[in-house]
Amino acid sequence: MILSTTLEFCIFIYLLIFSFSYFTLHSCCLLYLCFDNAGQFFSSGHTNNWAVLVCTSRFWFNYRHVANTLSVYRSVKRLGIPDSHIVLMLADDMACNHRNPKPATVFSHKNMELNVYGDDVEVDYRGYEVTVENFLRVLTGRLPPSTPRSKRLLSDDRSNILIYLTGHGGNGFLKFQDSEEISNVELADAFEQMWQKRRYNELLFIIDTCQGASMYERFYSPNLMALASSQVGEDSLSHQPDLAIGVHLMDRYTFYLLEFLEDIHPASKTNMNDLFKVCPKSQCVSTPGHRTDLFLRDPGSVLITDFFGSVRKVEITMETINLTDPIKQKPKQKDWHPPDGFILGLWTLILLVFFKLYGMKHLKHIF
Amino acid sequence: MAAHRCSNCAALLILCSLSVFIVVDSQETTLNGGHHATTVHNPQTTTGTAEQTAEPAVEERRWEATAVEEATPDDDDDAAASDKQDTSAPETVDPSSVPQPKDDFQEELVIRPLHSGDIYASFQFRTVWETDFMRGNKVSHYRLFPKSLGQVISKFSVRELHISFTQGYWRTMQWGQPFQPSPPGAELWVWFQDSVTDVDGTWKELTNVLSGIFCASLNFIDSTNTVQPSASFKPLGIGNETDHRFLRYATLPREIVCTENLTPWKKLLPCGSKAGLAVLLKSEKLFHSSFHSQAVHIRPVCQDWQCKTTSWELRQTLNVVFDLHNSAQGKREWSLFKMFSRTLTEACPLASSSKIYIDITDNPQGEQFEVSPATPLLSQAVVLGDRRTFSVYDLTQQITFGTVRSLNLLIRWKSSEGDMLRPLLHAERYVAGYGLQTGEIHTLMYNNHPYRSFPVLLLDSVPWYLRLYIHTLTVTSKGKDNKPSYIHYQPSKDRLRPHLLEMLVQLPPNSVTEVTVQFERALLKWTEYTPDPNHGFYVGSSVISSLVPSIVAMDTNSTRERPLFSSFFPCKEESSYFVRVYTEPLLVNLPTPDFSMPYNVICLTCTVVAVGYGSLYNLLTRSFQIEEPSPGLAKRIANIIRKMRGVPPL
Repeated sequence: MILSTTLEFCIFIYLLIFSFSYFTLHSCCLLYLCFDNAGQFFSSGHTNNWAVLVCTSRFWFNYRHVANTLSVYRSVKRLGIPDSHIVLMLADDMACNHRNPKPATVFSHKNMELNVYGDDVEVDYRGYEVTVENFLRVLTGRLPPSTPRSKRLLSDDRSNILIYLTGHGGNGFLKFQDSEEISNVELADAFEQMWQKRRYNELLFIIDTCQGASMYERFYSPNLMALASSQVGEDSLSHQPDLAIGVHLMDRYTFYLLEFLEDIHPASKTNMNDLFKVCPKSQCVSTPGHRTDLFLRDPGSVLITDFFGSVRKVEITMETINLTDPIKQKPKQKDWHPPDGFILGLWTLILLVFFKLYGMKHLKHIF
Repeated sequence: MAAHRCSNCAALLILCSLSVFIVVDSQETTLNGGHHATTVHNPQTTTGTAEQTAEPAVEERRWEATAVEEATPDDDDDAAASDKQDTSAPETVDPSSVPQPKDDFQEELVIRPLHSGDIYASFQFRTVWETDFMRGNKVSHYRLFPKSLGQVISKFSVRELHISFTQGYWRTMQWGQPFQPSPPGAELWVWFQDSVTDVDGTWKELTNVLSGIFCASLNFIDSTNTVQPSASFKPLGIGNETDHRFLRYATLPREIVCTENLTPWKKLLPCGSKAGLAVLLKSEKLFHSSFHSQAVHIRPVCQDWQCKTTSWELRQTLNVVFDLHNSAQGKREWSLFKMFSRTLTEACPLASSSKIYIDITDNPQGEQFEVSPATPLLSQAVVLGDRRTFSVYDLTQQITFGTVRSLNLLIRWKSSEGDMLRPLLHAERYVAGYGLQTGEIHTLMYNNHPYRSFPVLLLDSVPWYLRLYIHTLTVTSKGKDNKPSYIHYQPSKDRLRPHLLEMLVQLPPNSVTEVTVQFERALLKWTEYTPDPNHGFYVGSSVISSLVPSIVAMDTNSTRERPLFSSFFPCKEESSYFVRVYTEPLLVNLPTPDFSMPYNVICLTCTVVAVGYGSLYNLLTRSFQIEEPSPGLAKRIANIIRKMRGVPPL
């Protein structure tokens, strides 16, 4: 009865045909999202691993930030990511600093138990090169053409990237070298640029600063997981000082993170839920936080080595497989928009139905 | 009417759906195209960071001639791009003659005990390769020569490249002359081939590529710290080029040297740090020293006397001076284990010669110090104008390692008399004056020869923010004015070019020559300050190059077999030898603004305005009203009900 006019009927049929055609052409994407199987779609996602490790603090009394970054670097290298896939940015040199009583070493534990600097380290950005601009350029890939490969983040849409930031921060910003800041909005926009340019498959963001949770509040790109060492309004505290060196050696959160990572080996099956439990309030004094709502997989199914290591499952097969048909790469993760013209047709239908119900005489007021 | 309308909209409907089909289809194809654009870069090579793994054992010294498919010059994208797997120009060995090795690797270590109790160790690793990087075809089969440097040479048409990273300052008066001098920080000087059209652009790209290879911030080298010396840096290899348009020189005095620079440097060696002398290079000991310098020198050399064939020579040198009190705990007894926390077990299998030289010139009868294990091999060499005697340990002989299969040289002092031969040329530099407006740079050059005078070339490169007043330049020796016979001065341009001052000064015998020039400090723009401006700003070292008269006749035949340390600088005449002395870098304070000022001003102003104006406003506009105390809960509910009823409240 509502669709009595032929015009309305035509429009209704038009909408039906439209939706059907759209469905048949883009069925996969729509189906997955509608049926919420995105987890399966991304389960075997990445083929390579990258890490961007940044220490943003300068001066000798910020020794602990360099030690933080180097301990994550050490773990990441030990678990298999090569130097060519790690972009290490240290804003100041602590190892060969003239105040260092043991040159060419950076210790993480007091009594000089563990030298995280090691003998085989390659720092890509050092000293004055660690700026907000360079950091954002590395992330988004918009570097001058003469930049060498070791200073570029050459990730693609199958890369899992680990980003670790440490330094002094506040509510919504992170301080770079005591002279400039990066805000959480800029960081979120940089990740969105990376997403739009398909520069990552999944991204794990860890930040160890005061009020670190404010830095991931503004993220809006998919497939991001974030961890922070403290909530908004809390300070991240440092671990013990070493009396011979004279400064605090590590921050608490990264200290316990390093202890946790030392137990991980390339074949371990520990997942992200264990990482979220690192450094509870009793040990850390601040409350670590995490954010997984943008991440499509369940954190319990994400292995630590998906981000910290560079491991791929290799299956050896003795059978031959013929690759005759080209594999059509399905478009991924496209936001579902209604088909073109659909909205227009829908509104036309609604308007006509309205005027049908309330009387056609109102229609002449419009036309 | 209705029927017309119906047919019209049916047609319209079909048309719309068709057009939308087409639009949707095109969207899909662009999507696929977009995906293809984001292909992964070829992850095969990692030439950005030199990751050379040690070559396998040396039994495969023969070459396999590869078939030449096409000798087309490749259009290269980037020096750091993946190598093309196609043509390698045939390095075929001439089958009729005895096959000579086309590349050769030698390593040596010279240990020189110093009179102050410190010890000076100098490593040299030399790779000579007879090939031509400048040909049209790309060289693609690398063996001993590191591929990253070979690609740098061919891509940027480099004729000579000298880069050094130094931590510490060489004290000439206490330690004598070094085998390879270097200034504190990073220094890079390059001679380009005369086929390069845009030298500045090539220089910029070269510094960026080198900053990736050596993990140093060499990308800070730009036109504000690059100069073109006209006379001080002549090519050390063969070549008649004297057009200094193709020479670029830059220093970064602030550059830090640490393990991250040593790691890629070690990876350039054929054996890496796994075998040979390079196992001694442990960073924890090397950087805990008074002086540490590592350098890479690339130049073309003659292979024979007539210079019919030329080959490329790569020398990697590492000089380190260990302090008596830091590393030896005050006891005058040095050993390889004490210096490097390692002993030697074998020579590098790829090396044709691997030797250790210990300077025993001051110890002819063994009365000053004793060296163990004893060795029968002795060698004499003329180096730095003096004939020195060395004990030689040949690591390619198994007997050197003895029964324990490891070599730990021990040098024990018995008496501490005797003094050092005073170095003939020595220089110092300092800033005089007070305040943050003006100052004066003084450079002192000492000629310690008793009766000979010789000329020196002084090169000064001062950044633009110290505005030199060249009319105040004075050169005095022994109180009298000493006019230089050659002055080349290029004034600075603000934010574009530094000052360049080159002078040829004759130093009278046994005298001090003082060069003074006044300057004024500029005020930088607030964005040009570094994050720590109160540290100060560095001025690079002055370079003093000279041919110093030698006591002993020098050997001018450059192709004879000589120890590496004596053949670093080419020797053109017998009566003098080449010496380069670097002064200290200067640290000057520029007038620095208070960067916290805007924040403080805003806080103060806002507080004053808020307190002052706010109070006044309140006084003028605040009015007081009487307010009933708020009633209890029951009364409030009753009031609400009364309001709903329209009855006045209680």
